[in-house]
Amino acid sequence: MSLLSPVWTSLLYLAAAVCFILALRGLSSPRTARRGNLVGALGALIAVATVFLSARLENIPWILAAIAVGSAVAAPVARRVKMTQMPQLVALFNGVGGGAAALVALLELGHADNPWVRVAIVFTLLVGAVSFAGSGITFAKLQELMTTRPVVFPGLPAVMGVVLLAAVAAAAAVVLTASVPLAVLLLVLGLAAGVLLVLPVGGADVPIVISLLNAFTGLAVAASGLVLGNVLLVVAGTLVGASGTILTRAMAAAMGRSVAGILFGAFRGGSTAGSTAVSERPVRSSSAEDVAVLLGYAQRVIIVPGYGLAVAQGQHTAAELAQALEARGIEVDFAIHPVAGRMPGHMNVLLAEANVPYESLKEMGEINPEFKTTDVALVVGANDVVNPAAKTSSGSPIYGMPILEVAEARQVVFLKRSMRPGFAGIENDLLYEPQTSLLFGDAKDSLAQVLGAVKAL
Amino acid sequence: MDGIALLTITVLAVFVGFEVVSKVSSTLHTPLMSGANAIHGIILVGAIIVAGQAADPWVLAVALLAVVLATANLVGGFVVTDRMLHMFHARKDPARTVAGPEAGSK
Repeated sequence: MSLLSPVWTSLLYLAAAVCFILALRGLSSPRTARRGNLVGALGALIAVATVFLSARLENIPWILAAIAVGSAVAAPVARRVKMTQMPQLVALFNGVGGGAAALVALLELGHADNPWVRVAIVFTLLVGAVSFAGSGITFAKLQELMTTRPVVFPGLPAVMGVVLLAAVAAAAAVVLTASVPLAVLLLVLGLAAGVLLVLPVGGADVPIVISLLNAFTGLAVAASGLVLGNVLLVVAGTLVGASGTILTRAMAAAMGRSVAGILFGAFRGGSTAGSTAVSERPVRSSSAEDVAVLLGYAQRVIIVPGYGLAVAQGQHTAAELAQALEARGIEVDFAIHPVAGRMPGHMNVLLAEANVPYESLKEMGEINPEFKTTDVALVVGANDVVNPAAKTSSGSPIYGMPILEVAEARQVVFLKRSMRPGFAGIENDLLYEPQTSLLFGDAKDSLAQVLGAVKAL
Repeated sequence: MDGIALLTITVLAVFVGFEVVSKVSSTLHTPLMSGANAIHGIILVGAIIVAGQAADPWVLAVALLAVVLATANLVGGFVVTDRMLHMFHARKDPARTVAGPEAGSK
């Protein structure tokens, strides 16, 4: 059955590994990203073809059927998912990858006569299971199947400690005895640890957890490569583990948080808890016509889109409004906070979907000095990323997070559904400032009304 | 392959991984995460090897489950990343004039 010699097998795996490296490199620039992703897919195709042609495999019809089932389930979902729901889909795909790595490690236990190989097995089992269960909880939070608020209960740290100690003990026992029932117990403990790890994470921090769990799955895959003696799995898994770690740290830095602070913040007393109370303080509410006049006679407008825009599917209307204003000779940019949306960079994807050219999407560092010379900052469905509490109130859960300085603009207009606080559950004092006006309603409807009024000016 | 060679490869891959994503802009954080996510779906290769060596029906069943999960990760990951990246385009892209009913009418 093996058509390929070991040398050819190794060379083809090397080619696939190079494809993966080129894919990651291509993904770091908008111009080369799509080609990069296709190169990655080509690498995966080479690798899968190679394993069929080189290893002595039984059960091939069953394996092909399983591949067909996996593709038939995943491809249509990936093709049809709304871009707003994409973070949870990425979490889901990440989780099943971690689960697959854990199952592979479990089945390899019977063949592992070397204790070092068993060390790699217990690592894969534990990390893969954590990633699977953690991604499942992340999915449930993002899909709002459960509360997005941190879930904490008294004694949570103690329970987590007991689970981790039991996991270490079970792992040591598996390394020494190669016992399959103990390995299954380790798998269960890993699942419990994954759930306990993500439950206390607040909604606003969930995106960073996806990235972290992505790195975890990468490490689990790399370890499974050590178990199977497969260089490609080692290289691919390590690449993802390393790049995922960098990405996680970059995202955490964009929020002014440490990764440890995000994971364990809630353990120390509900740091991202916030409140759901609706304030009674007076605000200045405005009509679509008033907003249109403000925008239509401005010289410089910056639109700050947030997740509320995406939920309302208003990104196309926002893009049209920007075009209508540009047609009046007004300079319009979109200011994108690194964590706008429910995943870092999510807003860029959503606006790109609405055909906003990526040159108009300005990053925070680039746009912040420009708010001073801006006539109107139009905040659509965003809250936490423009909340001055991040700079001024040291007791606030978002204190230290870099924000978009919309308070510097001459006029600030918020399009909001209601006075309910944002995803992080923190009140925004900017809403009560004299230069601020609010237009209540669904983001898409409000934008459409403003767009109509601008066209009628 | 012996342990030291694998260790060497692992360490070098760590540095390559750090290097290739160190300069990425926040614009592409989501596609990059999704693309990296697709790449670890290559655990499919491991799942196929394990399923191909399975003699016991229970082992085969678990291995086939791993194949299904890994395929979902790999195929779904690349497809969703491609869809996302399809949407990024530059200002002078002719696609802009045909996109949406309002874009051409103004």
